[in-house]
Amino acid sequence: MKQTPFHSFHRDARAKMVDFGGWDMPVQFQGVMAEHLAVREKAGLFDISHMGQVLVKGPAAGAFLQKILTNDLSRLMPGQGQYTLMCQENGCVVDDLYLYCLGKEHYFLIVNASRTAIDLEWMRKRKTGDLDIIPQPQAAGLALQGPDAANILKKIFPALEELKKNQITEFSSMWVSRTGYTGEDGFELFSSADNLLALYPDLLEEGKLFGLQPCGLGARDTLRLEMGYRLYGNDLDEQHTALESGLGWVVKFDKTDFIGKNSLLQEKETGPSRRIIAFRLKARGVPRHGYAIFFNGETIGEVTSGTFSPSLQQGIGLGYVQNALFPKDRQEESGLCIRIHDRDIPAEAVKLPFYRRQ
Amino acid sequence: MNPNDLRYTKSHEWISADGTAGVTDHAQHEITDVVFVELPKVGRVCKSAEACCVVESVKAAFDIYTPVSGEIISINTDLSGNPGLVNQSPYEAGWLYKMKISDDSEREKLMTYEQYQEFLKSN
Repeated sequence: MKQTPFHSFHRDARAKMVDFGGWDMPVQFQGVMAEHLAVREKAGLFDISHMGQVLVKGPAAGAFLQKILTNDLSRLMPGQGQYTLMCQENGCVVDDLYLYCLGKEHYFLIVNASRTAIDLEWMRKRKTGDLDIIPQPQAAGLALQGPDAANILKKIFPALEELKKNQITEFSSMWVSRTGYTGEDGFELFSSADNLLALYPDLLEEGKLFGLQPCGLGARDTLRLEMGYRLYGNDLDEQHTALESGLGWVVKFDKTDFIGKNSLLQEKETGPSRRIIAFRLKARGVPRHGYAIFFNGETIGEVTSGTFSPSLQQGIGLGYVQNALFPKDRQEESGLCIRIHDRDIPAEAVKLPFYRRQ
Repeated sequence: MNPNDLRYTKSHEWISADGTAGVTDHAQHEITDVVFVELPKVGRVCKSAEACCVVESVKAAFDIYTPVSGEIISINTDLSGNPGLVNQSPYEAGWLYKMKISDDSEREKLMTYEQYQEFLKSN
């Protein structure tokens, strides 16, 4: 199994480890609940070195990325980032990723760990023009997240407090962005393993006063799901289109041609046959990946992500349903259930995010 | 409950001489933060090694098995409001149910505390 540069830190902290897409990653340190609440109320520090980091450079870089991604990068100024999708011709999702514009001919992609190799092959096969695709397999990544993230980071790097949401800047041989996967304010730091290894203990030390906790993938999952953020492999895959996944807001039909445009345009006109819904349970229970969703006794779909929400103290989840069996205009009706251990637990469809900061 | 006086299963449940049962400290660590406990109905008659409870954590749902045969005579109702007791106090406040043991020789055959510690080391 692959190890991140922080592996020995996690070991020493007695983290519980799991195999995540071939990476030996911490799933929890103190406990998912404690880590989740630390990020919502104070701050948490995540090792995100498993995420794929890819540079795309050259005069044709912008045009190439505009062609293989669904969001419109012409809206990006150097130093800005955006959430975007890589789609197949049929509109199904190859990966969801973050794209940063570092300069006019210089872009930085953060892709899912489990999809890095597939994405690279996908891009290399479609590469046209004068550009280089440069993966950074030795690079490391950290995410500092939570309402006190800025207070902690400014103790070490006062200048970074000024960074605005979705912006990225080069600082002290790191790329630092004000982004994250938790719904809280925070920063993501990308650099060489040596740089971030030196910084990691300092962040933990400075963060102590603020209640900063090292956090694992368990809390990363509950935090992202409370926001309704999709997880590739659960909520996104090569069987569901960008529109079915409810990510039409990052598909910009008014830009120049891009892979998947024709299929998605057609689907937009006819309407997708399935859609992702967000639901919360009205009684005790924890929905989980693969559980069946029912409407008035009929199977209408399947849960793709589910958990017990630590902030809301109830079961929440995402799942795909057949539009014909559960039309949007009947979404408010009672009769929605999740089957949990042979029992049907009543649920209600809700708007995302599940959790909103008070 | 003094862990030294309890008997243990390979599936990490404990049972006392009076029929009180729960999960071990090792089990609660593995289960992680408990968020719901689904307890059996009082009066249910179970064989040994029957799945009678479900303990749900943020991570997953876990079946909990009866260590011996018997009838469920009471359940820990405190767990509905405070499921975290299973983590905080697996041998005391976090007990799951009490059963009337059908045949005490079944309990005698389970692992002692020392044997369970050995079992944990060997796995």
